[in-house]
Amino acid sequence: MTQDGAILTVENLSIDIPTETGTLHAVRNIGFDLKPGETLCIVGESGSGKSLTSLALMGLLGSSIKTKANRMSFDGIDLIRAGKRQMRSLRGARMSMIFQEPMTSLNPAFTIGDQLIEAMTLHVKGPKSDARNRAIDLLQKVGITSAESRMSQYPHQLSGGLRQRVMIAMALMCGPELIIADEPTTALDVTIQAQILRLLKDLQQEFGMAMILITHDLGVVARVADQVAVMYAGELVETGPTAEIFACPSHPYTRGLLRCIPQPGKTERGTRLGTIPGIVPSLVGDVSGCAFRTRCAHARDICRSDIPEQTAPGETHSFRCIAPDGFAGMDETEEARA
Amino acid sequence: MTGTETPFLELRNVTKTYKIKQGLFGETKSLDALKDLSLKLSKGDVLGLVGESGCGKSTLAKILLGLEAPTSGQVLVDGTPIGGHDRLALARRIQPIFQDPYSSLNPRKTIQDLIALPLRVHNVGDEASRTKAVREILDVVGLPSRVLTNYPSQMSGGQRQRVAIARALVMRPQIVICDEPTSALDVSVQSQILNLLGDLRSEFGLTYLFISHDLAVVEHLATQVAVMYLGRIVEETDAAALFDNARHPYSQALLKSVLTPDPAMEVPDTQLGMAYPNPIDPPSGCHFHPRCPRVTSLCKTQTPRPVVDTQGLVECHLHDPQANMTPARQEALT
Ligand SMILES: Nc1ncnc2c1ncn2[C@@H]1O[C@H](COP(=O)(O)OP(=O)(O)OP(=O)(O)O)[C@@H](O)[C@H]1O
Ligand SMILES: Nc1ncnc2c1ncn2[C@@H]1O[C@H](COP(=O)(O)OP(=O)(O)O)[C@@H](O)[C@H]1O
Ligand code: SF4
Ligand code: SF4
Ligand SMILES: [Mg+2]
Ligand SMILES: [Mg+2]
Repeated sequence: MTQDGAILTVENLSIDIPTETGTLHAVRNIGFDLKPGETLCIVGESGSGKSLTSLALMGLLGSSIKTKANRMSFDGIDLIRAGKRQMRSLRGARMSMIFQEPMTSLNPAFTIGDQLIEAMTLHVKGPKSDARNRAIDLLQKVGITSAESRMSQYPHQLSGGLRQRVMIAMALMCGPELIIADEPTTALDVTIQAQILRLLKDLQQEFGMAMILITHDLGVVARVADQVAVMYAGELVETGPTAEIFACPSHPYTRGLLRCIPQPGKTERGTRLGTIPGIVPSLVGDVSGCAFRTRCAHARDICRSDIPEQTAPGETHSFRCIAPDGFAGMDETEEARA
Repeated sequence: MTGTETPFLELRNVTKTYKIKQGLFGETKSLDALKDLSLKLSKGDVLGLVGESGCGKSTLAKILLGLEAPTSGQVLVDGTPIGGHDRLALARRIQPIFQDPYSSLNPRKTIQDLIALPLRVHNVGDEASRTKAVREILDVVGLPSRVLTNYPSQMSGGQRQRVAIARALVMRPQIVICDEPTSALDVSVQSQILNLLGDLRSEFGLTYLFISHDLAVVEHLATQVAVMYLGRIVEETDAAALFDNARHPYSQALLKSVLTPDPAMEVPDTQLGMAYPNPIDPPSGCHFHPRCPRVTSLCKTQTPRPVVDTQGLVECHLHDPQANMTPARQEALT
């Protein structure tokens, strides 16, 4: 899987969380690569392990949570073995994160300006006025008018959309090479969402950053990603270039997701949408075989065993299923299942 | 809107003003959540209500449900002002389904109790007939009867939303007000709920007011669409007309910002430079003018009036034949 020139490489990352009823195998054996300037979207439904994955990369998981990986490296730095101090010097400097709820990561007691400036002076030596100028510059870049006067405002004085822009500016203060955005627009209006995503793409191009964008919205994925990783119950079930995944979704779950959403221009108005019956299985205790088998129309006994990785037609992308074509040729409508 | 029959449900010139205390000295300001707003809902319609956060969608829903009283204006049911109706009788006919399947259900009550509650409040039938009604409705929303003894915490988000729907329907209402009924749900669950709402509509001839941020969902389900901005409906027309040919610049911007899952396309430029304005201090003239890509000088001083024509209602100078902005209008319409 490892590719030359990747700035981020993840191989066989697993995350275990101790709970009262046993170990929760929240993330299992996932892997991906990311090149500079590239955008990877991790898409999956709530609880699939997206946020845990990003927190693991940033070294922000609590000590009770066990992270294992064959490899997790950022520009040659081993993130598994990196100490607390080394992670702290990377975070916010060379790799930054934008969280879903900006209020949790902005300190209500300090002004926007103070927080932006600190994000830089923490890592970069130099006069405070430089940091201040960069902060104003970035606030303007992220589309905040009268940036100077915003510097002296407190987080609660800004709307959700503005706070999210401030978070983006803060993540960019040190000119990171990797940015991880966890559902950065989920809580926002569609109009603001479009503006923020455009902004992220523009800034990414301007600064040549690599970006991991976490979302549950397939529309966002299609418009923003170069590479897609589809996550289900802690596993990556399908990965590959965006155009290929949408043109030729091979895993039954990926195809199911695409059928669930009404697609203007494609789905006939008022018709029934596709569904994925059933619920996500418990990941506590012994978890083996294909996690999707409790909801898959094609599941059979061997889906309980180890699932091989398959390559999609045209060798373009890979997915995990017992069938070499992921049963793509078969009809999965509810009628067929009944 | 086009028919002459008496609308099922109507808002006539409704204004809702909230008093807001601001600052250290408790200076009181007023916020018009709804401004002289009129709206009609005909039998069998699915009216989609869309607009950005804070534009007044939930306020409108609460007024239709009688949970809030309008500051001025009237709510009419079958042409009769709501004051003239028996409130309880009205509540039987109009039922809500709210956004959050987590907080809208009392965690200490069983599913049986939760669904039977409206029947008990309205004194419908005896205990035995209520139990029967609850079982029937559970079947309609596709839940097994074994969940009756469960508590909400023992159910998934999608199941809880089904319980909320069952509770709304157990009274056999004619109108269901859905405020973001699926926005807290994963897409695989959302599609089941949307299918269910569609099935129930054809089975029971329900009329829906459907509030959603997700324009693709509204496009899929709605027969009529009303677009709101700062407490006003700025465009209203049939769903097909709106999604194929929106006329108001704000409707156009909203539609443009929908991200269809098409990898050949980029993230669109909505051209809505500024953020949503503060509703306490709305812009002069057309409230949308600071963000409008088509703004003219007239828009900054004069409020556009609602114009109703064959294509529906629109509130924008560009589409008002009497507005004095001829050159721009000419340009816009060519
Ligand atoms: N009880 C209240 N007191 C004061 N202001 C209120 C109250 N309820 C609503 N508002 C204000 O009225 C306006 C309309 O609010 P409303 O809840 O109807 O918006 P909405 O369109 O439903 O938004 P969302 O999409 O975020 O749900 C907002 O500016 C809101 O802050
Ligand atoms: N700190 C934690 N303690 C216990 N369980 C957790 C913790 N963080 C996440 N989980 C569990 O791990 C799984 C994946 O969570 P998460 O990564 O937050 O999902 P996503 O971001 O995809 O919605 C879920 O089952 C969640 O409940
Ligand atoms: S491995 Fe089996 S259960 Fe899993 S997706 Fe393939 S057919 Fe379905
Ligand atoms: S009236 Fe003017 S500002 Fe308002 S929507 Fe029409 S063109 Fe834009
Ligand atoms: Mg998350
Ligand atoms: Mg609301």
